[in-house]
Amino acid sequence: MMEKMIFGRFLPGDSPVHKLDPRSKLIFVFAFIIIVFLANNTVTYALLLAFTLLIVLVSRIRLYFLINGLKPVLFLMAFTFLIHIFMTKEGAIVFEWKFITIYEEGIRQGIFISIRFLVLVFMTSILTLTTSPISITDGIEVLLNPLKAVKVPVHELALMMSISLRFIPTLMDETDKIMKAQMARGSDLSSGPIKDRIKAVVPLLVPLFVSAFKRAEDLATAMEVRGYRGGEGRTRYRKLKWDMSDTFALMLLVGMAVLLFFYRS
Amino acid sequence: MDIKLQQVSYAYAQGTPFEKLALFDVDFEIPSHTYQAIIGHTGSGKSTILQHFNALLKPTSGEVHIGDRVVVAGKKAKDLKAVRQKVGIVFQFPEHQLFEETVLKDIMFGPMNFGVSEQEAEARAKELVGLVGLPGDVLEKSPFDLSGGQMRRVAIAGVLAMEPEVIVLDEPTAGLDPRGQKEIMDMFYKLHKERGLTTILVTHSMEDAARYADSIVIMHEGKNVLSGTPQEIFKDVETLKNFRLEPPRIVRFQQKIEKMINKSFSKICLTEEELAIEIARVLREERGQS
Amino acid sequence: MPEILSLNNVTFSYTPEEKESRNAVENVSFAVQEGEWIAIVGHNGSGKSTIAKLMNGLLYPQQGDVRILRQPLSEENLWESRSQMGMVFQNPDNQFVGATVQDDVAFALENNGVPFEEMVERVHAALDQVKMNNFLDHEPHHLSGGQKQRVAIAGALALKPKLLILDEATSMLDPQGRVEVLQTVQTLRAETGLTVLSITHDLEEAMLADRVLFMNDGKKFAEGTPAEIFTLGDKLVEFGLDLPFAMKLSKLLQKEGVPLMGQHMTEEELVNDLWTSNFNK
Repeated sequence: MMEKMIFGRFLPGDSPVHKLDPRSKLIFVFAFIIIVFLANNTVTYALLLAFTLLIVLVSRIRLYFLINGLKPVLFLMAFTFLIHIFMTKEGAIVFEWKFITIYEEGIRQGIFISIRFLVLVFMTSILTLTTSPISITDGIEVLLNPLKAVKVPVHELALMMSISLRFIPTLMDETDKIMKAQMARGSDLSSGPIKDRIKAVVPLLVPLFVSAFKRAEDLATAMEVRGYRGGEGRTRYRKLKWDMSDTFALMLLVGMAVLLFFYRS
Repeated sequence: MDIKLQQVSYAYAQGTPFEKLALFDVDFEIPSHTYQAIIGHTGSGKSTILQHFNALLKPTSGEVHIGDRVVVAGKKAKDLKAVRQKVGIVFQFPEHQLFEETVLKDIMFGPMNFGVSEQEAEARAKELVGLVGLPGDVLEKSPFDLSGGQMRRVAIAGVLAMEPEVIVLDEPTAGLDPRGQKEIMDMFYKLHKERGLTTILVTHSMEDAARYADSIVIMHEGKNVLSGTPQEIFKDVETLKNFRLEPPRIVRFQQKIEKMINKSFSKICLTEEELAIEIARVLREERGQS
Repeated sequence: MPEILSLNNVTFSYTPEEKESRNAVENVSFAVQEGEWIAIVGHNGSGKSTIAKLMNGLLYPQQGDVRILRQPLSEENLWESRSQMGMVFQNPDNQFVGATVQDDVAFALENNGVPFEEMVERVHAALDQVKMNNFLDHEPHHLSGGQKQRVAIAGALALKPKLLILDEATSMLDPQGRVEVLQTVQTLRAETGLTVLSITHDLEEAMLADRVLFMNDGKKFAEGTPAEIFTLGDKLVEFGLDLPFAMKLSKLLQKEGVPLMGQHMTEEELVNDLWTSNFNK
């Protein structure tokens, strides 16, 4: 069931994109999301699409994973596509039937908005597919470090995030196990009226909470015994390394932004 | 109720790039009233198999016969409840499935899901607490106030309360101290005999398999590779080693003695008691000759 | 031999305010000397896990004191004392903090502010010692229980502790995992003379120790070499434990009238006795 989840999954590899520092990748994707909104005509959207496909190529990720990442937003994409098609009333009429009229500009806008969705989903997918969750956490921790000055507990947040990530597979296994155990006792989670189904969630949730608390307690003990007492005076084992390639990647993005500026109408 | 697996294969995450074959052409039969042990080291596929015994997993190819029900790969199976009532599973660390406010309610959960009346379920619960070795006053307590060993017994009672014909045990004694282990295993054996159950013990304990099982299946890398009576299975030490398994201590010890006196015993002993009697007999014979 | 840790007349109750409070640990004293392997055995609920928590300052005794390197354990020297003791717990999953094997081993080092270069060196050395150096970047859910426990041992070793405490560290493992962990500990002892304290209900594990402490109902029932403890025989069984295989068998053999010189702890001894008592006359 849960093993089918693709979105947000890390696929180890050794492409140039995999090797980038998580900080540069995070900045890159964040900036890219903003730059996308610069595009407003055929040339700029074509540029965006080409740029994205180039990065897909460099990352050596099979299209299967990217397309799978699209699935959850497919409905939203189709919906906005249709809205643009029917609501835009500019340009030549390409199609007319009873009360439905479709204008050329509508089709154009529909395609643009779809491209926008596509490149955004592809880019964020590439980030999570090529960067291990723990590296992303490291990257976020370092990037947010300045916030420590305003008393944001950056270290604690990052630790919490990394521990949660570490326990996701464990808790998923556990959920599966408890679900199976209750099904074996005749509990039915997948059929019957909604009211019964909601009731059937209790035998699943209670054990899950009990076990999660037990784990948290054990983990806290283990951490304490191993000398954990907050971020003060701690050294870091995971070191991030900023390379030429990281600078190059960001330069590339700047170049892209300049091009978009230049060609946008 | 017979259980029969025919050419059963199972793949996790089928149809994704993460697909992983866990079972491969598994083929065996468990006749009614047998005490069947399934042995294999971690990752041999034994936990995947056990979920097929009451259709918690459906094979990705092949078929599973559970009594007169057949679960076939690719076909939608309806009303699996009847099957699940007849085949009870005690999962590893079953105490993790407890959730009710009281022990009584938790034990009643299973039977009531299968349409047993409240009075009947309560009567069963009251009978079962004693049977699994708990004092009667736990019924009104919260299961979470009990010790780990007691919680395990409550969970076991919860499965027994469904009155299954087949009971599947997945490492039922993991984490218990030696006394607890022996009590639980003896209890299941007694039930097996008294109620004429079919018992399937999934374990990596050679000792338990030797002591209790009528028949043993050995799993290795997703395939059943060897089956037979304990006598037959433990005869061939070399084959077992190929499957990264060691025969029980008792059997290894018997082999040491056989080597020492350079003579084979008439049978393979499966319990310490049996072995002691056999050694005594053989030694008397030897002395008689010399 | 210098003393590493001692409990002196320690009494502890989880509910000291209540009138009929039962002591989880009652008037227990013992000492661990450098280089020793000491095992604390007892059935579940005999107080042995409470002892573990008293040793690392997760609990404080109501009476008596716990001394680490002869210093009474207190709030002031708590962290210093903890860095002297490595601990491995029962559940392999619930003590794995790091995202990967090497991160987990480094965790205690990070907490103690060890500089980066030294950290890298120590992480690799510790993983070498438990033979997990090929698993540096493995994530915990891709490891077996035995492997996770070996990583936990490495995590403890990286701090170069004076004492390694195994709190039922093998009780949730399959037979293969148990053998892996116990062999690792034995190798470590042979190579580095590490002091080990293991809390267990597995008597085969206790037999590996130099000295065994037998707990029952919160009290120290007996203390001695494994040979001395196992002569208690039926008392062990009565208190919820088992006898080692060879011992069980020698008793049964004697019952069957097989001449034997005595009862035996190991299979080797039993086989030898069977030979000499029956054929070598």
